Amino acid sequence: MIDIAGIIIICVGVAFDLFGCIGLIRLPDVYNRLQAATKCVTLGTCGIMFGIFVLSGFNSLGIKSLICIPFILLTSPTAAHALARGAYIFGVRLWDKSRMDEYKANK
Amino acid sequence: MRKSVLFIVTFILWLLLTFTLHIQFVITGVIVSLLTAFLFGNMFVKNWNKVFQIKRYLWFLWYLIIFIWECLKANFDVAYRVLHPALPIKPGIVKAKVSLKTDIARTILANSITMTPGTLSVDITGEHIFIHWICIKDENLEVSCQEIVDKFENILARIFE
Repeated sequence: MIDIAGIIIICVGVAFDLFGCIGLIRLPDVYNRLQAATKCVTLGTCGIMFGIFVLSGFNSLGIKSLICIPFILLTSPTAAHALARGAYIFGVRLWDKSRMDEYKANK
Repeated sequence: MRKSVLFIVTFILWLLLTFTLHIQFVITGVIVSLLTAFLFGNMFVKNWNKVFQIKRYLWFLWYLIIFIWECLKANFDVAYRVLHPALPIKPGIVKAKVSLKTDIARTILANSITMTPGTLSVDITGEHIFIHWICIKDENLEVSCQEIVDKFENILARIFE
């Protein structure tokens, strides 16, 4: 029973990873792509980690994968933030149909 | 005192990562944690009184519940936008006010905003945070921008300040 629950959680994680990758291809510019990549890939990877924990229980492997979850949750948005800011400062433009850009006035 | 807080945290983390009480692992852990605490202790814990206040941990649990709920909502939101054939997005960068002062609270706020539906924090300068929003609401723009920040700001102020 626990095995099935773990496998289902891993499958949901992989599905969200897949949505993130589809978003990476379909969305128009750097900033929108970062949105899809950060959100879906973070939760997808956390799902896989949590599934491994459910499958293996409280042993060396399970605890390690459980500790990885807060690390991913801390580092992944930070990396997205750095990439978005770096791209803007480097001069990557927003998509043509973007509604507004209040960051431009700040520079 | 500030250094011992970091020492305890890193040592517990080490014990969990190795997940054994074998003497050689414990000794290595003590040495590494001492080194880390000695080198970086001043950077992480600014005010060690805050570490021992139970109320902050209860607020942190409440924050975790809200964060996980928002994170799940964000993922279904992205999945919907990505899989929809017409690609329903109206992106743009908007601006909102931040009143948090400490570095760690601002960092966690930016991370939380990145994980909430449709938003990605781009930069924080002084009192303003710049947010890339995938689907801008046209009516009441300023109010709805501020709502993104306010959702987490009150809780984070209670945890970290």
